[in-house]
Amino acid sequence: MKKIVNVILIAIFSVVSLSAYGSESGIPLDKAPVNINDNASLQRGAESFVNYCLTCHGASYMRYNRHRDIGFSNEDIMSKLVHTGQKSGDLMLSSMRKKEGEEWFGVVPPDLSVIARSRGADWLYTYLRTFYRDEGTATGWNNLTFDRAAMPHVLYQLQGEQKFVVKASDKSEQKSLVLDKPGKLNAAEYDKFVGDLVNYLVYLGEPHANERKDLGFKVMFFLLGMFVLSYFLKKEYWKDIH
Amino acid sequence: MSNLFNSMLGWVDKRFPLSSNWKAHLSEYYAPKNFNFWYFFGSLALLVLVNQLITGIFLTMNYKPDASMAFASVEYIMRDVDYGWLIRYMHSTGASMFFVVVYLHMFRGMMYGSYRKPRELLWLVGMAIFFVLMSLAFTGYILPWGQMSYWGAQVIVSMFGAIPMIGETLQQWLLGDFTLSDAALNRFFAYHVVTLPLVLLVLVFVHILALHETGSNNPDGVEIKENKNAATGIPVDGIPFHPYYTVKDIVGVVVFLFVFCGIIFFAPEMGGYFLEYNNFIPANTLQTPDHIAPVWYFTPYYSMLRAVTVNFLGVDAKLWGVILMAGSVVIFCFLPWLDRSPVKSIRYKGPYFKIALVLFVISFFVLGWLGTKSPTPLYTLLAQIFTIIYFAFFVLMPWYSKIDRTKPEPKRLKE
Repeated sequence: MKKIVNVILIAIFSVVSLSAYGSESGIPLDKAPVNINDNASLQRGAESFVNYCLTCHGASYMRYNRHRDIGFSNEDIMSKLVHTGQKSGDLMLSSMRKKEGEEWFGVVPPDLSVIARSRGADWLYTYLRTFYRDEGTATGWNNLTFDRAAMPHVLYQLQGEQKFVVKASDKSEQKSLVLDKPGKLNAAEYDKFVGDLVNYLVYLGEPHANERKDLGFKVMFFLLGMFVLSYFLKKEYWKDIH
Repeated sequence: MSNLFNSMLGWVDKRFPLSSNWKAHLSEYYAPKNFNFWYFFGSLALLVLVNQLITGIFLTMNYKPDASMAFASVEYIMRDVDYGWLIRYMHSTGASMFFVVVYLHMFRGMMYGSYRKPRELLWLVGMAIFFVLMSLAFTGYILPWGQMSYWGAQVIVSMFGAIPMIGETLQQWLLGDFTLSDAALNRFFAYHVVTLPLVLLVLVFVHILALHETGSNNPDGVEIKENKNAATGIPVDGIPFHPYYTVKDIVGVVVFLFVFCGIIFFAPEMGGYFLEYNNFIPANTLQTPDHIAPVWYFTPYYSMLRAVTVNFLGVDAKLWGVILMAGSVVIFCFLPWLDRSPVKSIRYKGPYFKIALVLFVISFFVLGWLGTKSPTPLYTLLAQIFTIIYFAFFVLMPWYSKIDRTKPEPKRLKE
């Protein structure tokens, strides 16, 4: 019941305004499998995040011990997430210095705390799956979603290496990526891996989102009661006017 | 018990005009009995004002007006402050809803001729409130120090630079620096939390005083004070504000809160219109975003700012934009004298006014929509056309309101 009402409320208030995320290259974005109630997925995503992303990117507005919200115990947090010698109450800082980042990649790798809020989950989900080999760039990698992205394909050992293919017919050019060298994961497994990671990034963008919706349900229920009371109070007072 | 209460009240009344003010402004303030849906938005604006003041105080306790810490302190509020996320969403949603409510409140005035004699000053004070509100929104939007905060502010600040002669000096004086920087963030913070709220509170107080002097207009545009009961001196068509309109406004408040809380709890970004996605990127003074768009409530004016693309009459295109933008807001102040219709309310006005008002509303929405888009030749042309329609509503009003076929205004309110 509660879930259904939540879904309806979210639908109503998000239909009012159409969302306006864009991608630079204008390629169609794939729908990310986001479900921030799925703790197992969030936990897998969190572990991938600290293993693959946190080396260069920070999540410097987030504290490690906040992850108790997604079902980690204090011991889990110390053993699975904190690999930098920090304490569990510390912020998730990158181990790379800003200056090093600038020297290596040309730009400081952006902080990822609220990246899902600025880019949108679908963009991230598509981006992390559209890297391809391109010898014309400094890193040897390019990206279909974000042309000439400064970031190399960190997950290539998992996904494998993709190749950019243009099928030219007389009417149009069809650009696509094909797997050139397979990685440790097959396509479905890699999609799931990235799905969990993006799901975690959505959680990371707003850790209180679940609490927000839960409290919202209670508030709306209270207001419904208030409406009935106030409506009849008004009716009673206004009897002698109309 | 009631004796004790009465004697205490008597004690206070000898020293402070408590009962007399209660009577003058609530229990014996007579309001027309035919208020409709459009008359909720005045009291709702007051509600949102209180919401902004209270949530604002709590935000101030944790926010850091420092260019290197501001963005992080907002995220600190969102994550580590107890219920910080709720306070911040109440404040950010409140900012947008303030404009929703005030726009509807102003539209009510335009429909029912509430700006007409004897309420010209009431309207002008209201316009002053609107200007302060816009300044508050602008100074507040800078504070999170995101990309849109920074570059949006750049656009607005550069408008001051377009003013001939004094522009550049004025701009430097406002910023406290040659560019938009930490110095500006500090002073805009001071304006946002001290200066402007104080001015706003005084103006709201004056607005209500002026309202209670003339009495409220109503959907029929009839002056209820012209028809008083000979024995009591009470307007025949009036009812005491308290309890009738207090209990009615409570219903309005609950319905409003339903929408307000729906946004706070289920769509706080409102699809990027209340909280822009690009404002979740920290301000980068070296990287201009591809597309700078203000928050929705400023987009109609932003469209007009961009609408002029050529220099003419010896005036720079940019300055024309600034003139049009300022003019589009200031021109509301002249409404009481532009409207020459013999009747106040749209109910008795003729087809010309109705068509003009509909065109005006359409142009406001189209300009608002265009303001969220990157300019293209087609969009710029549309912006120019609708800017002309927007201004035509005001400029041609003395003419079309005079020759319009109006219906006779009734002497009493319709039941």
